[in-house]
Parts: sequence; C-alpha cells; structure tokens
Amino acid sequence: MTFKKKAAVALSALIVFLLGFAHLMESSILQYKDDLIYYSLCHLRLVSWSMFYALLIGIPTGIILSRPRFSSFAEKTIQLFNIGSSIPTMAVLALALVVLGIGDGPAIFALILASLLPIVRNTFEGLRQVPPVLSEAARGLGMTPMQSLVRVELPNSFAIMLGGIRTALAINVGTAPLSFIIGGDSLGGLIFPAIYLNNQGQLILGATVTALMALVLDGFVASFGHFILKRRGLA
Amino acid sequence: MIRLDQLAKTYWQKNAAIKAVNSVSLSVPKGDICVFLGPSGCGKTTTLKMINRLIQPTSGKVFINDEDTSGIDEVTLRRHIGYVIQQIGLFPNMTIEENISIVPRMLGWDKKKMQERAKELMSIVALDPSKYLSRYPRELSGGQQQRIGVIRALAADAPILLMDEPFGAVDPINRESIQNEFFQMQRQLQKTVIMVSHDIDEAIKLGDKVAVFRAGELTQYTHPDALLAQPKNDFVAAFVGQDRTLKRLLLVTGGDAASEALSGSPETPATKALEMMDEIDSKYLTITDSDNKALGYISRRQAKDSAGKTCQDILRTFNATATPEENLRVLLSRMYEFNTSWLPVLDTEGKYKGLVTQESIADYLSSGKSKNV
Repeated sequence: MTFKKKAAVALSALIVFLLGFAHLMESSILQYKDDLIYYSLCHLRLVSWSMFYALLIGIPTGIILSRPRFSSFAEKTIQLFNIGSSIPTMAVLALALVVLGIGDGPAIFALILASLLPIVRNTFEGLRQVPPVLSEAARGLGMTPMQSLVRVELPNSFAIMLGGIRTALAINVGTAPLSFIIGGDSLGGLIFPAIYLNNQGQLILGATVTALMALVLDGFVASFGHFILKRRGLA
Repeated sequence: MIRLDQLAKTYWQKNAAIKAVNSVSLSVPKGDICVFLGPSGCGKTTTLKMINRLIQPTSGKVFINDEDTSGIDEVTLRRHIGYVIQQIGLFPNMTIEENISIVPRMLGWDKKKMQERAKELMSIVALDPSKYLSRYPRELSGGQQQRIGVIRALAADAPILLMDEPFGAVDPINRESIQNEFFQMQRQLQKTVIMVSHDIDEAIKLGDKVAVFRAGELTQYTHPDALLAQPKNDFVAAFVGQDRTLKRLLLVTGGDAASEALSGSPETPATKALEMMDEIDSKYLTITDSDNKALGYISRRQAKDSAGKTCQDILRTFNATATPEENLRVLLSRMYEFNTSWLPVLDTEGKYKGLVTQESIADYLSSGKSKNV
C-alpha cells in the first residue's frame, strides 16, 4: 500500500471514530480547551527534543556501524540496540526516574532510547544496501571516503533512512503520553487523569489528539522526504 | 606510458597464501590500448585495480611516465587516472552533468569550464547536451549510460584510462557501436588505455596489445595477431579459440597478404604478358602506367588468343579493388560478392601494390608470419 492509501484508510477510520464520539468530543473540547493546547504544545516539545537527540545520536551511529572497519561487530551492536528497544518503555521510564529524577529530562531520555533503534538500524541497513558498484565508482573516481559518504552513499540510502525516521516518530509520539508517570508534561496529562477519574470525554480527546498528532507529523515527514527524493531524481 | 614491475598480490586465507597476481611485469606505450584477457579469477581485474590502488599491491611497483606511483597518495592518483567499470556506476542521485563533472569539481575547476567540458564530451559521443545534461541516469538507455560512463572517466582529461569490462553491460548490437565509437575516440585523443576483458573478439578488435592471464600469471603479452598466429601454449590456444586463424582475418590487411606487385605496361606484348603470368602462376596480370598507376588487367585466356597484340588492346577494367588498409575479412567478403578469387590492392592514389588472392591469403596465414609489436 502506498502512503496515500494508508493515510486514506487511517483517516476514514478516524472519521468514523470521531463521529461516534462527536457529542463527547464537542463538550470535551470546549471544557478542556486550555489544557488541550497546553499539553499538546508540551507533547510536541517532548517529541521534538527527543527526536532531535535520537537523530543526532542515531544517524552517526548507523553511519559508523556501516563503515567497513566496523563490519565485524556491527551486527552485534545492532542486536544490542534491539535488546534496548525490547525493554518495555515503562521500565525505561522507571530507570530514568531513578537516575535522572522526575520531569521532562528523564522523559526525553526515555523517548530517545525508545526511538533510537529504527533510526540506527535503517541508517545502517540503508548504507549497507547502497550497491557496491556505486561505492567502487566513487572510490575509483578519486573521492575521499567522506566525499563518497556524503555525495553518494547517504543520498542513495535516504529512502530507507526516512522509513526508519518515520517509524521512530510514530513510536515516539505514541510513547510520549507515558511520560506523565514520571512527571513529564505531555498529552498523558489528559489521558491518565481521565483513566483514574473514568472521564470518557477527556480520555478520548487525549487519545484522539495523540493519534492525530502522530498522523500529521508522519505525513509531514513523509511529504518532506518525498520532496527531497523527487528533487534528487530518486523518486 | 604505464609500466608494471613485478606487481603481485597475495591474499591470506586460513593461513594459506593465495597468489591472486604473481609478479606481473609489462609496459604499455603511450597511446596504445592494452587488453587484459583471461578467464574469470585469473587476476586480470586485480592487476588493473592495483594500478589505481583500489587494491593495494603486496609487492611490486607501478610506474606512470617513469614516475613511481607508490609515492602519490591514492586519492590524487585516482583523480588523474580515468576509470570505467562494468556496471557503469553512474550515481542515480546526480544529473548527467553532475556525474560527468565529478572529477573536474574535485580538482577545483571553475563552473564555466566544467559546463563547457561536459558539453564538449557529450558531443563526442553524439548525445545532445541540451537534451541530456539535466537528466538523471535512469532516464537514459543502457547504451547511453555506458557512453556517459566512458566520458565521465575522460572528463578531467586524464592521459590514462583504466576500464574494467567496460562494454559488458550493454547488448551486443549497442556494444559493437560503442566499441567502434570508443576506438575512434581513443585514436583521436591518444589516451593510454588498459582494458580488462574476457572476450577475445573485443581484444582483437580494440587491442594494440593483448596480455593473457592465467591463474595470476601473465602468460603471453603481444600483438593480437601474434597471439592468434603463435599462441604460446595450449591454454592460450584454447582460450583464443579453434577458429583463431579465421579471427586473424580481422587483423591482417590487404597490404600484408598481397603477393608481389608484378605488373605489365600497356605496351607489353601479349606473349610477354603470358610469360609474366606463368612466372607468378596467375591467371591475371595487372597493367600499370609508367607512374605505377593501375589501369586494368588482362586475363590469360585472352592473352593466349591475342598473339601480336599488346596488353593495351585486351585491357579490361577492374570489377572490384582493395586498399592496403582493409582487413581480409572485408576483402574476402568482397571477393565472394563479385565472384572472383583475386583483388588488386591499390593505395589512395591508385598505385598498384600487389594482388590479394585466395592463395596469397592462405599463404600468409599459414606462413607463421604475424604482425608483431
């Protein structure tokens, strides 16, 4: 399925969902307008910072692991990241709480860990799947390893890297509400109290906005990536 | 000029040394095409890649214009040696112009010069610059991509070109025309070329010299005709093929295989002409003027019946002629076309150079003579 089809299916499901709870939502939105705006912005901030650091760490790590001299332990390191990501986010949050205390800091730390794997793995895989003939041509024409990386290997692995970034973003936006547990401000601030208070309207509002945010951000990243690929003759 | 001095590459596998290339020495004069020929795994590609140090030699040296290249850092070295690979290797994320300008850009050329160079190169391979320069590689056909791959290697005007099975990825019809284009281009630009191939026909067609490799060793290094005429051992003989003598037809020219240039003049009496024909054991005699320009021929039968006449009276014009440069394949084809067993060889000024006959061709091919160095 193309992105457009996927988006269409997701959107129509969402519309049905929204209609079903329209009456709940209508009153909820009015009632929680200020909270909604505040928590949404907090949520965005958590996602932005944690994604920023995850990209900052993840892409260079993926690049380094893909270099021939690290090939012997690259797979093992990726396995390590795999294990890291299979630790439940709740446990990571708890650990972050122990080490870094409460607040946004440990929340961002936990979100970085949660979104790191797809970025590292796809950067690594993307670079490894660049046809060897391209790297050989780059070397044969006299490019330095750095020139080969920047001008040939990265552009030709961008599509796969982008997939990893989108996966990471979806995980990130979806996990961010959990930060409520360790005192981070996010849309969890709407969802968790609603669970405790059995407030359906507030719960659905928080969940819906989280889902919408995930879709919108993903659509944004996807179309940005498509634009870049198209401009470079790769799409 | 490129000179390889005892170049060797040894790989270690489970504590056993594998000699991929074993002490190869050869030199390629400036402006020549040298073809490295051999079955896969014979070390020809490894040898090629050691010249621009894509593979680091275990021992031995590479000299370019008598300069030891081990003193030059590998990136600089590669930027001054053109390199073409089998799978073309155009970068899909760059336009044709960007692909062509890669090396000039790294060498710091200014923009205008790079643009002009790209246009110039495109016209060499007969591709419209305004149409193709801004396209991406995948928008071009395989043959067009291959041409771009070649001109990309020429972009910075490197005097040396290394080609790793450069025409392997194109279909046979395109390959033929790209080979021809490349050959003309090479003769015009006088690049020194080393080309890896496993195709004996390509080696015959393009090579000034052919180096046959076997199991990491240089088995024979000589002119392609000498390779076909005198293969050094059974391996080379088998590799060049059972029909190697027929393959020589492409390499031997009319000038090589022409028999002695005995001719009569218009005033020669027919009886004298008959004697001359007896002498060279021929049914025909070419008649030339005092300037050695060929006028036509007389046949034995007519000369017999024309006692008292001169050659002038029974002169006939040629149906078909040959030039000294044309190869025997072309000449034989012409003989069959005109249903004749002989052709007079005339140079561009029409001067008579000798006679190519089925017999003279057979004589030459079986004589053990060959074009050499």
